[in-house]
Formats: sequence, C-alpha cells, structure tokens
Amino acid sequence: MTKQHANWSPYDNNGGSCVAIAGADYCVIAADTRMSTGYNILTREYSKISQLADKCVMASSGFQADVKALQKVLSARHLIYQHQHNKQMSCPAMAQLLSNTLYYKRFFPYYSFNVLGGLDNEGTLHLPSTVGYSSQGSGSTLITPFLDNQLKSPSPLLYPPVDAVTPLSEAEAVELVKTVFASATERDIYTGDKVEIVILNASGIRREYMDLRKD
Amino acid sequence: MAKSSIDLPPKGGFSFDLCRRNDMLQKKGLKPQSFLKTGTTIVGLIFEDGVILGADTRATEGPIVADKNCEKIHYMAPNIYCCGAGTAADTEAVTDMVSSQLQLHRYHTGRESRVVTALTLLKRHLFNYQGHVSAALVLGGVDVTGPHLHTIYPHGSTDTLPFATMGSGSLAAMSVFESKFKEGLTRDEGIKLVCEAILAGVFNDLGSGSNVDVCVITKGHKEYLRNHMQPNPRTYVNPKGFTFSKKTEVLATTITPLKEKVEVIEAGDAMEE
Repeated sequence: MTKQHANWSPYDNNGGSCVAIAGADYCVIAADTRMSTGYNILTREYSKISQLADKCVMASSGFQADVKALQKVLSARHLIYQHQHNKQMSCPAMAQLLSNTLYYKRFFPYYSFNVLGGLDNEGTLHLPSTVGYSSQGSGSTLITPFLDNQLKSPSPLLYPPVDAVTPLSEAEAVELVKTVFASATERDIYTGDKVEIVILNASGIRREYMDLRKD
Repeated sequence: MAKSSIDLPPKGGFSFDLCRRNDMLQKKGLKPQSFLKTGTTIVGLIFEDGVILGADTRATEGPIVADKNCEKIHYMAPNIYCCGAGTAADTEAVTDMVSSQLQLHRYHTGRESRVVTALTLLKRHLFNYQGHVSAALVLGGVDVTGPHLHTIYPHGSTDTLPFATMGSGSLAAMSVFESKFKEGLTRDEGIKLVCEAILAGVFNDLGSGSNVDVCVITKGHKEYLRNHMQPNPRTYVNPKGFTFSKKTEVLATTITPLKEKVEVIEAGDAMEE
C-alpha cells in the first residue's frame, strides 16, 4: 500500500496582535483590527475583542474561524453558568473555563492566541495565570520584549521583596499600548489599520480607537 | 490497402515520456517547485517622450519588515534603469553585474547602451541559472531607437510591453494600469498613474509598503525621484519618550581574582637583524 500524505490542513492564520496590561485599579485590553491571509488583507475593520462577561474581556488572534467557534462555546457556557448561579462569571472563573475549553481540544486545537483581561470582584486586575501584562499574536515577538523592559516586575528572588504591580497609571498604560501597536505596525506586516483599546475600571467599560499604518 | 506491418512513431505532437518518471520521483518524495513570493510592487510604463519606472520601498523577511525604505530601482546605464523584485541579493548582484558589462561595452564601442543589450545580458544570465537566481525585473530606458520597456522573469523569459508590473503587488498595480492606461500620456499623467499603481500595491499587498520611488527617463535626460511620495508616516509617538534604563537586578556577587602576572625572562641572544 502506498503511503498516505496528509497534505490537507483545516487551519489558516489571519494574523493580528493582542496586548493586555493590568494596573492597580484598571485593565487595558487591545488588539488591531486587520484580518489577513497570506499577502492579502481580508478586511481592515474586524474586532478581535469580545466581552465574555460584565468585567471580563478577551482579545484573540490566530485563525478567526476557530476564534469565533471558541467565543461561541464560551458564551454558551457563560449563559448556562448565569442560569445556574444567577450571577455573572468572575474573571478567574472565566480564565479557568478558557483554559479547560482549550485543553479539551488538546489534539485538535483551536488555533487561537488569547489574552483574557478583567477586574476581580474588588475591582482590580486579572489576567490568566494573573500576570501584569501579556502580548499574543503575530506582533508579540516585537511587543513582548518592549513590555518586559518597561513593565517587568522585579525578580521574585530579591530581598527585601519588591512590589510586583504594574507601576503605570491608566492614562500611561493606554499611551504605552498605543506606542507598542504603532511600533509593531512598523515591522510586522500582519498588524495594522487600526487599534481597538478596551479599558475596564471601577466606573465601567470604555472603548478607544487609534489609526495605524494601512500598508 | 495493406496495413503497414511496422509500427512507425507518430509524427509531431507532444511527448509525455517524462510523466511516468516525474510521477515516480514525486512518489519517492521529491517536492515539486513552488512559487517564490517576491514581496514587492514594481511597475513601468511608456509615455509620450520616454519611460517611467516606479517601486515601493519595503523589504521583507517572511512576516517581518527588514527595511522600511530600500531602493528597488537600480542603475544600469545613464539612460537605462531596472526595477527588481525577488531575492534582494540576486536583483542587486545581477543588475550590478550587467551594468558593469554595459559600461565596458560603452568603452569599447563609444556609443550609448541600448535597452535590448541590457535585456539580452540579463535574460542570458537568468536562463543559465534555470530560475535559481530569483530576480523578476522591469527594465526600462530610452536609447537611439526610442523608449523601451521589458519585463524579465526569473527563468529568463521576457516580455516587451507598453506598461508592466512585477512582484507580489503586480496584480493590484496591473488593475490600475488596465483600467487607466492609454497611449501618449503626458509626463505628469504618467507619474500620477505610476504612483497610483504603486499605491495600490502598497495598501492592498502585505508584501509591499512604505514609500513610492519613481524614475523618469527621457531622451538624453533622467530624473530619479527618490521617495516621491511618503504616504505612511508613523501614527503615534509617545510625547514623553521612553527610557531604557532598567538594569538587570544583581542577585549575588562573587569576585575571582586574576592569576598573578607571569614574567617572561629573556634567554639566549636576541634575533640578528
């Protein structure tokens, strides 16, 4: 019998970058709005950000068909949760649900790179595995080192211990997000057109847009 | 009529002798050649008194922009320029090599170089290397026989055209040319159309981007308009700037002293002069 070649692939990569920064009393989640495949732009205005619960927002890049499917599963599970518990899911709970949902398909994965951000019940930050900031997607190799340099918390081995919370104010964090997206757009061909920034804080949810290079 | 007893080979038609061999090679794991992605938009057109060439200025390495403002319109001779798409090293090497051959040829003949000479030198070289020198070129110039525009493919085939595009943005650029090109454009109309074609590539093809370079060649004169358009400025600059002063934290310090200095004592006679 001849060898069978699996030359069919159900996946595509639609590119895009996602960033989230959490501070003492806010959380900023951002993603660009370009969707592309190969050397083609499919659309310049596609939101990669979805609100999963009142205080929980997810930005996802990768294969947008898988992202859509993932969002559908999460929102269905969230609806069941609301019926059973008569409340919105908390951010750590949503992070656990996301983790479980992704691992459930460990051997036929959702091709999606997610950053989940939100506020916990006291009104402070939350990210999966509770990091202070994170970057995912096609521009992450350019963005992460810059965020590390600007925000990386001091080594946990230091004595006396140093506080690990992101030292920026909300306005400074938004400014930093704009900078990293403008910079990533300069060098990553899959990032561009526009950046959508979602800001969560005690007074609610706010959305901002900024134009990026369109080439 | 008696039927011939000998099987004669058929006359004319195609030969499919190699199909079985190719099939066998593929089954053994030979990968068929794939198309190289050039990541560029280059164009050229002929207008009423010469040739206009245009190019974007982005150079990519996969998904990363390697150079935001590179030069893709290469010098061949005082009256001939050449846009290059494909592997940057190949386009640069091949145009440099041919331009020096043309210079020597001018010293020998004492005449202005012709575009067909450049064309022949380029296509011979590319054909020799069977497509392994990945240069896709748009060659334009004005010589004693008038304005000329050619495209040259990596395998060595050539076209002679009134308007031409090459690179990954060639389809976007060609859509502009096909809808708006006409014969006998003025200089300003020509430059405008070339810019529009390049911009179509810049904005719709991810392999192309940044600025627009233009080169106008007329009889006895040329004008290289480097960064003729700059439609993609940076969108956001932090008003306060950034500092990168954060040092790596020191967790522990140990000092190992160097070994003591060894003195070399001179023995025997010094070398004679």
